Amino acid sequence: MQAFRLKEQLVPILTQTLVVGAILYVALLLFQNTQANLEARNIASGFGFLSVESGMPINDSLLAYAPADTYGRAFLVGIVNTLFVSALSIVLATALGVLVGVARVSANWLVARLAAVYVELFRNIPLLLTLFFCYSTLLAFLPAPRQSLSPLAGVFINNRGVFAPRPHWLDGMGWVVLALGLAAIGAVLLARRSKRLRDETGRGLPAGWISLGLIAGLPTLAYFLAGRPIDFDVPTLHGFNFKGGMVLRPEFTALLTGLVLYTAAFIGENVRSGIQSVDKGQLDAAKALGLRPGSIMRKVILPQTLRVCIPATTNDYTSLVKNSSLAVAIGYPDMVSIGGTIIGQNDQAIEVIGLWMAVYLTINLVLSLGMNWCNAKVRLVER
Amino acid sequence: MSEIKTFVPTPDSPPPLTSTGVLRWLRDNLFSSWFNSLLTLLALALLVRVVPPLVSWALVHAVWTGGPGVCDDASGACWAFIAAKARVMLIGTYPPELAWRPLAAGALLAGVVAATVSGRCKKRVLTGLWPVFFAAALWLVGGGAGLETVDQSRWGGLMLSLGLAAVGILVSVPLGILLALGRRSGMGGVSAVCIGFIELVRGVPLITILFMASVMMPLFLPPNFQINNLLRVQVGIILFSSAYIAEVVRGGLQAIPKGQIDAAKALGLSPWMVTVFVVLPQAVRHVLPALIGRCIALFKDTSLVIIVGLLDFLGMAKAASQDQLWLGHEVEGYVFCAAVYWVICFGMSRYGRSLEKRGPQTNR
Repeated sequence: MQAFRLKEQLVPILTQTLVVGAILYVALLLFQNTQANLEARNIASGFGFLSVESGMPINDSLLAYAPADTYGRAFLVGIVNTLFVSALSIVLATALGVLVGVARVSANWLVARLAAVYVELFRNIPLLLTLFFCYSTLLAFLPAPRQSLSPLAGVFINNRGVFAPRPHWLDGMGWVVLALGLAAIGAVLLARRSKRLRDETGRGLPAGWISLGLIAGLPTLAYFLAGRPIDFDVPTLHGFNFKGGMVLRPEFTALLTGLVLYTAAFIGENVRSGIQSVDKGQLDAAKALGLRPGSIMRKVILPQTLRVCIPATTNDYTSLVKNSSLAVAIGYPDMVSIGGTIIGQNDQAIEVIGLWMAVYLTINLVLSLGMNWCNAKVRLVER
Repeated sequence: MSEIKTFVPTPDSPPPLTSTGVLRWLRDNLFSSWFNSLLTLLALALLVRVVPPLVSWALVHAVWTGGPGVCDDASGACWAFIAAKARVMLIGTYPPELAWRPLAAGALLAGVVAATVSGRCKKRVLTGLWPVFFAAALWLVGGGAGLETVDQSRWGGLMLSLGLAAVGILVSVPLGILLALGRRSGMGGVSAVCIGFIELVRGVPLITILFMASVMMPLFLPPNFQINNLLRVQVGIILFSSAYIAEVVRGGLQAIPKGQIDAAKALGLSPWMVTVFVVLPQAVRHVLPALIGRCIALFKDTSLVIIVGLLDFLGMAKAASQDQLWLGHEVEGYVFCAAVYWVICFGMSRYGRSLEKRGPQTNR
């Protein structure tokens, strides 16, 4: 009996020692190989390169950047670009995804069919192909700078991007910001009061419309009272391209479009399964209470859908962030694209790939924590 | 006595036209309220705007045959470009005179897939058939043993995509199962290693893993033991995919009731036999649809190898559109690519759904 028990304890301990030992041994071998290889190829190691001048041009940056800046700064530009395109895509893909999911279960046969075709089309085609397709159709159908489309005064659309006037803030803009802040506070207070009124009397205020009026109206009023304190830097044609103003480059537009179309198909399926998981009794009860179809969807079905949707959608959001790295294939300077250029220039692949992994892991961790918090908020409270 | 009056019912008048047939269907499904009618009209307007130009581009005004330059004045799609580039897109720069070999492998693949999907073959036959097919396909494409060898640098096109995906699935499924078992083994050291690997890989994009395989792996390996880029990329794909498969399998393992394990132990099975003969078959059967989903994702993901310099199906389509003789036909190339990817992926997802419908009990 004693021997049997000893054997039962010994086997796991031996297995673990073997596995961990083997992994450590392999790691040591790899480390030694790497050291030898780096020396043989004259590749520096360590993160010193981050403070070296990069000499690399970046054509699309949210931060101030010049080729004379350091590699560290260039990488930071990449991180900001990755974050920006991911955040914008998440917002747009969620909006489109909810729309598609609701359309999938629509009573309207044609609309439901169209949504199904959309979902099946984009889910079964590689994202990279969608991106290439968006990019080349954008470039193929947009005119050259000299034949730019100009749908609004000061806005020009051509194959170098969408150019728009860049607003400059002058003195007095502070008042407008202050007005916006006041309107936001007012909207929050109003929402609270409306909720209390509804709880007490069963009848709330039309808080949505009043808030909208507040948030749109107050800053506009302040803007005119302060003497229109915004100046516009209008893009103008110089030689073969436009100078000045703000620009959305086709690489960014293609990446954004591709990511949104692809992810919205997946989010749409989550929303559909969420809606179908809501008990039919809920719908009947809401109808019996005399709610209108729009209100039933917004106030009864969709809030309950969230419980089913959020875990699956968290996965879709993290994949979206990871998929934004496909920017490298169409030349948008995201983190991977800029890191790839750095590897090409100084061969410090280990450090750059390490940085990539660290940043992606951090972004995804933060995103998951945030979504888990949302999930805890909407969880069914059991009594 | 007067004769008995019998009640002769007049035949029911037919229901109003609006409550039967096409009209009823139209009213119920397209015009049930003013909002629905508006949606229908909007959707119809969208279809009218999109479909006729699309048909006119893809079919009516398309050019189907001819050499370079035949599409110069065409206002429609240039399918002649696809016809001219089909060989490159399908098998890459594989020697043209040996093209029958990958084609034969493709025919074999079609046969094995048909046998699997038809559901008539016994599972035991299929488990034997697939490895035999893999060996035969590798021999046909790579050569050796009587056939002229073809260097791996000349493998490309759809053949390469399918190959990367097939080998990826073949290796990463067992690896993923091992990782999942390791994660749930209850041995602290082993499960820590497995969790670390799975979460690290799942937290980063495939591109970084591919860069790692392509750029970093040569630094890791001793100078006298270097493997070619194709194999390195394949290793990267396998590592990436196995982490995701491990999570899918873990879901299946968690769904096995503990009674199954206790019963198997009570019958005197050793821990390994319990795992192999009792737990795993049930767990894998549970998650088969999700596993097929991962296989579809893996097949789509192989398109990323273009970024580390391999010319797969999509890469060849992109490269073909840069041919000086055929400039300006990228869109046709991508449409063709998308059609092929779509058919394969949609087919796989349909197969997965049919397994789901057949239920976990019958597909043994």
